[in-house]
Amino acid sequence: MNTAKPLKEKPAASFAFDFLYKYGTLITVAVLILVFGTVADSFLSTSNIINILRSISIVTIIAVGLTVSLSVGGFDLSVGSTATLANALVISMFVWHGQQIGIGIGLTLLICLAVGLINAFLVINFKIDDMLMTLATMFIFQGVAMTYTRGATISQNMIMPSGDFATGKIPTAFEKIGQVPWIIVIMVLVVLIVHLFLTYTKHGRYMYMIGGNREAAALSGIPVSRYRLIAYLVSALFATIGGIILGARVMTAEVNSGGPYLMDAVAAAFIGYSVFGAGKPNALGTFVGAVLIGILQNGLIMLSVPYYAMDIVKGSVLALALALTYYRKRK
Amino acid sequence: MRSGLEATRTRPATEPGAAPLLQMKRISISFPGVKALDAVDFQAAAGAAHALIGANGAGKSTLMKVLSGAYSHYEGEIWLDGRQVNIRSPKEAKDLGIQIVYQEVDTALIPNLSVGENIMLDRMVHDMGGRQVIRWNGLHQEAEAVLARMNIRVPSRKLVSELTLAEKQMVLIARAVSKQCRILVLDEPTAPLSHSETEQLFKLVRKLKEDGVAIIFISHRLPELYEICDDITIMRDGRHVVSQRIADIAQPKVVEHMLGAKMEQQFPHIEREIGQVAFEARSLHDPGKVQHVDFHIRKGEIVGLAGLVGAGKTELCRAVFGASSTSTGEISLNGKRLRISSPHDAVRQGIALVPEERRREGVFVEESVSANLTASVLSRFTKWGSWLSFGKEKQAARDMIDQLGIKTPNEKARVKNLSGGNQQKVAIGKWLLADADVYIFDEPTKGVDVGAKRDIFQLVAELAKRGKSVLYASSELSEIVGITDRVYIMYDGAITKELDTRASTEEEILLYCTGGGLT
Repeated sequence: MNTAKPLKEKPAASFAFDFLYKYGTLITVAVLILVFGTVADSFLSTSNIINILRSISIVTIIAVGLTVSLSVGGFDLSVGSTATLANALVISMFVWHGQQIGIGIGLTLLICLAVGLINAFLVINFKIDDMLMTLATMFIFQGVAMTYTRGATISQNMIMPSGDFATGKIPTAFEKIGQVPWIIVIMVLVVLIVHLFLTYTKHGRYMYMIGGNREAAALSGIPVSRYRLIAYLVSALFATIGGIILGARVMTAEVNSGGPYLMDAVAAAFIGYSVFGAGKPNALGTFVGAVLIGILQNGLIMLSVPYYAMDIVKGSVLALALALTYYRKRK
Repeated sequence: MRSGLEATRTRPATEPGAAPLLQMKRISISFPGVKALDAVDFQAAAGAAHALIGANGAGKSTLMKVLSGAYSHYEGEIWLDGRQVNIRSPKEAKDLGIQIVYQEVDTALIPNLSVGENIMLDRMVHDMGGRQVIRWNGLHQEAEAVLARMNIRVPSRKLVSELTLAEKQMVLIARAVSKQCRILVLDEPTAPLSHSETEQLFKLVRKLKEDGVAIIFISHRLPELYEICDDITIMRDGRHVVSQRIADIAQPKVVEHMLGAKMEQQFPHIEREIGQVAFEARSLHDPGKVQHVDFHIRKGEIVGLAGLVGAGKTELCRAVFGASSTSTGEISLNGKRLRISSPHDAVRQGIALVPEERRREGVFVEESVSANLTASVLSRFTKWGSWLSFGKEKQAARDMIDQLGIKTPNEKARVKNLSGGNQQKVAIGKWLLADADVYIFDEPTKGVDVGAKRDIFQLVAELAKRGKSVLYASSELSEIVGITDRVYIMYDGAITKELDTRASTEEEILLYCTGGGLT
């Protein structure tokens, strides 16, 4: 049926590149594990593996949310600020207001979903580039969180402006969320659920189509605005969950605590593009990206590479992954 | 440089003994999985226009890309002036005086720069030497001189983003001829142009012919080729079929060569029954685009929407489909008033639109054929609520691929790897699955080869036979005459005339399209 005549063999170079494109990230992970495993004995110990998984869980959860915003062709830069806000809110619910665990988490989720709503409203209605708009809201919500905490760290028994000690206690059940195994279980669940959602439901398909060609999606009768709204809500939701878990893990709410997670999340999500040659945002890829960053960080510490040199390596890995993805796209 | 020009101009490219300006010998090129050109011979004479024609995927554009140095891995020889030349990069081609104007004019121009800067672009990039400062007056004077020489009336200081499509194309041609230009390749230059704009372009082409430039003209519009070209080369499936003087070959014969089989009736004649009015639009208005338009379509009727480019056909289609946020008016289907504020509403209520800009609006190039086909009716391919049923989807996609004869390795192939005609079939197939009541086609045959065109006409007729109401917007009047039952003519955003197609002619419709014939 096809008039094109298929060639029997592919040029070897192109084949090698295809292979590298598909499995390059995974090979890198494997090589890193091998190298670190041989050099540092304790690297492959069960406790260290759990340690790595625990250390990447918050980044992964936030990055998966970001991945959903990327899937509709958006870009939610405010996830770090949202996590900060969630962290501040959830700890303050317990410490300042002495709330139950359910109410504390529920209220935090509710308030932070408003962040997603605001993002979506601005991006959809003012037709401003997603990245620029969320850059603005990133500052706004960072400021909201800081204003709310009056620029101070919230912790148990902190001194209130009135001069008294805060009497609220953080529930022990809440503490559990930030500990193994729950923190890892939540991460795995988040990755799985979003992966299934994006790949196996019509909603996920719609989101990818909107991300691929918004105009064509609209003219196919897909309610584009509705799905972009959903994407930003999901993004805010996972950033909030990340912030809540962060709170459970450190039991305080520091100023701009979620900020540093933004760039790691962006890196993980973009490294994820190249995993299995997907070429588009995907939850499993994002997870692999986070694992890659986690292994690097952990292994380099074991090799006593100073923390201040860490970002050089992280950035280089991201550059490599981007090079693979975009080189392919150009072809 | 142009010695021997007089001799070559009077002789056809195919006459034995002539020394054509350009000779391409046994050009072959392969891409992963595809042999795009198979030992193709091609020649072009100075001072003549050479039509290069073939169905989509025949290899015309690939051959011209080889000539312009876009590919370095071809086999075969290129001879210029009887000397063999080695063209492996765009710069080498340009240095030899080979200029190409691609179909997508917007990608070749920089919209936020002026006309003059765009014309002088190459010179600003390559010939500045050690100079760091641009002399604006000199630049615009030179650009104006080039424009004047070509009789193009576009001010040099105007921004390219403010030009019409036709003007942009003129600017591109001016840029090509502002440098040394011995061979000019025009890839489907008339596709987006209106009638008068095409005339303007042809004047320019004739002028270039007089200057001794060899013009290679790629187009799907046969009558045009006869009007402007001297010689013709027909390609099919990556091979050379025939080259000869265009005057010696009749149109049906050209089509026959392109298709490789005897062309049957181009427009299908399917008996169908036209019922009562199904779709009605009243006082449809979109400020500055559509002026208080009323029209209706019966069940099983194909209604044409004729008009020149820019008459407002696309805008009218989009307004009906809810794709314009500023449109107002009443739309009803089977006597029921519809509320349409977005395409989503339109689709839900049984209206389908095959948009004009296929790649931008019609298909998802990065997605698979099956994902494209099911895009507007994905809910039908789910189980347990929103869970996708890949098996059902695959089956439906395969059925549709067979039904439409979409040329694709399988249903998982990405749409960007298909040819234009097959992409359009995918864009239409999406709506066949949707099973709407009203189908709107906006220039469905734009950039589509003859074979695919025939398939599309067949499809449209079959939809009408099944009792659907079809609105067929096109500036190809032969199609309007060939396929529709009734035609509305748009001029300047308004419907100015309604005609019974059978009692009318192409000439009459064209007259109304150009704003004539009305008192």
